[in-house]
Amino acid sequence: MAIKLEIPTALRPYTGKQASVECEAATVGEALRRLTSTYADLRKHLYTDDGRIRSFVNIYVNDEDIRYLEKENTAIKDGDTISIVPSIAGGQES
Amino acid sequence: MAIVTGSLTDSQAARTLSKEEIQRYSRHLIMPEVGMDGQLKLARAKVLMIGAGGLGAPLGLYLAAAGVGRLGLVDFDVVDFTNLQRQITFSTSDIGRPKIEAAKDRLSSLNPQIQFDTYRTRLTSENALDLFRDYDIIVDGTDNFPTRYLVNDACVLLGKPNVYGSIFRFEGQATVFNYPGGPCYRCLYPEPPPPGLVPSCAEGGVLGVLPGIVGAIQAMETIKLILGTGEPLAGRLLLFDALAMHFRELRLRRNPACPICGEHRTITKLIDYEEFCGIRGEEAPAVTIGIPEITPRELKSRLDRGDDLFILDVREVHEYQICNLNGRLIPLGDLPRRVSELDSSREIVAHCRSGKRSADAVEFLRQSGFRKIWNLKGGILAWSDEVDPSVPKY
Repeated sequence: MAIKLEIPTALRPYTGKQASVECEAATVGEALRRLTSTYADLRKHLYTDDGRIRSFVNIYVNDEDIRYLEKENTAIKDGDTISIVPSIAGGQES
Repeated sequence: MAIVTGSLTDSQAARTLSKEEIQRYSRHLIMPEVGMDGQLKLARAKVLMIGAGGLGAPLGLYLAAAGVGRLGLVDFDVVDFTNLQRQITFSTSDIGRPKIEAAKDRLSSLNPQIQFDTYRTRLTSENALDLFRDYDIIVDGTDNFPTRYLVNDACVLLGKPNVYGSIFRFEGQATVFNYPGGPCYRCLYPEPPPPGLVPSCAEGGVLGVLPGIVGAIQAMETIKLILGTGEPLAGRLLLFDALAMHFRELRLRRNPACPICGEHRTITKLIDYEEFCGIRGEEAPAVTIGIPEITPRELKSRLDRGDDLFILDVREVHEYQICNLNGRLIPLGDLPRRVSELDSSREIVAHCRSGKRSADAVEFLRQSGFRKIWNLKGGILAWSDEVDPSVPKY
């Protein structure tokens, strides 16, 4: 299944500055594993040392949060978009 | 959903608009979505703005222009040169003034009929509930995780909507948290990033117009909440990418397991947010403990003596173009694969902008077997302060 992963600004330094990456995967977990095997530096920003998705990074399939779907087992289909949305705090850059 | 609580017995509520006010707000009054009722709701509304920075600038201007009756401003900072690129309430002549004073002057000249309450303080767990209690709506325009969680928790505990906006470089997020029945910030992000994973100054910066756009969205949502008009941006996270000029919307759900607004609440009062965000006790010095350092003055006198020192600049190319110490540029991220360019038999002084990235570089190089290596304490900023003021600070 060809899907698109949207990379947030904060993580683009780890994906060769790409704003989105296409990949083939059947589940969200598989897509993220492919992404982090291509871009190894991204791994520590997405996963904790014991392999869980970090709690300040949310993953969406289209507009739905995977925490309310099947989490990383959420199936994806051709044309779906996975968004990685980390928390950002800026407002007045000190 | 009535957000504004002012009752008809309030002296303000009973008032009508003067002839001058009718003129001032005529473009609101001739719209049925606002009209006289809506304008009086605005006049009765009490909005507290947390942060008078990039987001606060358009927010304050639009809320004051719209005739929000009482505007509270919380900020402890003073205006500096680097603010003017985006904080459009301030002028060059405001540099050095407390932001809330400069903002109050600007906003009250825009609309003298508004009551401004300024609080020159850091928002803390001790003062937040007392500050928030008097207001109908809280608008979060802060710049750090501890304050974001504090604002959220105080809003949940008091049942006030939190109009949220956040920016990073050329990307923005906006939503309304804690709208009756809706999710809160902790539903979206249960925990903040650990300090080590927050982008460093190399990846910081913000396009000046971006806070203008996101702050204007916050102003619009605040006004809609006051009027009770339209669909509030609650339960939806608006993502804005300025480079692509692309808006997207994601669904936000209330998390039944949320520790502050969920079914089994474990947070029932305000906590220590610095500790919660893992930044108790100043993270930066902790990182540099044990890292050999050289002060700018020591470096200058050694260079003047003609010592053979290799200056390693670990900043980014665009930073090197702003100013440099004639060092060899190898950005921190490239260091692992370019380490062979360095000669471990020579004495090396690594520097960056403020000394944090170069401390990481020194640590990495020591682990790679380099022994004659020092971190320039305080980076190029300290060099400018202590040795050569002609080097610009950024």
